[in-house]
Amino acid sequence: MFATAIIVFREVLEAALIIGIIAAATHDIPGSRRWLLAGLLAGLLGAGIVAAFTDVIGSFASGIGQELFNAIVLGIAVLMLAWHNIWMSSHGAELAASARATGGDIRDGRSECSALLLIVGLAVLREGSETVLFLYGIAASDSGRSSMLSGGLVGMTLGIAVGYAIYAGLLRVPLRWFFTATSVLVLLLAAGMASQAARFLIQADLLPSLASPLWDTSMSLPENGVAGMLLHSLVGYDSRPAGMQLVFYIVALLAIGAGMKWVRHPRQSNHSSKGAV
Amino acid sequence: MKKICFVALLLPQLVFAVDADYTMTIKDHCFQPAELTVPAGKKIKLLIENQDATAEEFDSFSLNREKVIAGHGSATLYIGPLNAGRYPFMGEFNAATAQGVIVAQ
Repeated sequence: MFATAIIVFREVLEAALIIGIIAAATHDIPGSRRWLLAGLLAGLLGAGIVAAFTDVIGSFASGIGQELFNAIVLGIAVLMLAWHNIWMSSHGAELAASARATGGDIRDGRSECSALLLIVGLAVLREGSETVLFLYGIAASDSGRSSMLSGGLVGMTLGIAVGYAIYAGLLRVPLRWFFTATSVLVLLLAAGMASQAARFLIQADLLPSLASPLWDTSMSLPENGVAGMLLHSLVGYDSRPAGMQLVFYIVALLAIGAGMKWVRHPRQSNHSSKGAV
Repeated sequence: MKKICFVALLLPQLVFAVDADYTMTIKDHCFQPAELTVPAGKKIKLLIENQDATAEEFDSFSLNREKVIAGHGSATLYIGPLNAGRYPFMGEFNAATAQGVIVAQ
């Protein structure tokens, strides 16, 4: 039962952290709750479908279909997180002011909400499909079914609890630090996902590893420990990364960071004229 | 046009689908062989055939690899090049029995 709980916890944790951070970051956007829920349901449905077609997906492109699929899902998620962060850095202040005063009528709010839906949906899809396969395997076997299923339930509850904790914790961050805190977290999530995408492409032999491993911290900070697990989900920690993963990580950080800076600067010069109108 | 070129590039790969360097089988939630010796410093292509009805996840922190293999399905993945040493792996969905190690020398 304990082993089952750990496995399910690991899978749920990553999705739960992403959802917790995104839910907090979009807290002030009108209607974001509905989009988040829609993303969650679509993700669960998608997870079931992906699980059912594991074999079909896996046999694409001479056996590297699963890696391609994961890398594409991660790639889209990185783009959506980047879009979210860049959008937030241009609308964030405006949003906090207007949403609290008038209920808010934000231009582009709808496209931000579809990004939100995709981010949540893809996170659930990716982590959920493995959980579905795992739990299905347990349900199909005869031995110790009930104790393992209850283990699964414990793991899932714990994962969701951690996700909720980060959500509740972020909402307690004072407003002047709030956007910085959430955008740094989203930035690191995106970079971590870019690194994971690189790992799948290396596994499929579509990218060179450059150096494998670049470092080995599996003794001091193992990935199957609690700290390693959390760091893996939050900032993309890898105890034995390939060099290419670090390249992807840094490029994602720099590109998204530059995008955020770029949209913030023209706005500052516009701000006074807009305020006058 | 670009699409056609892309498909054309993929074709030779599809034709030579099963030319793995090493093959491993999963049966009754165990890996066979449970210990696989491979040359150090060389990238290898590993084919894993799952003869069980339920899915398994090949998982290894030391190899930095994870891949789901469907029930009655098979999967290929690339490993290494590895330094000489022992690299444990497991089937995450049945970790009690599905344990193995790749030895690079």
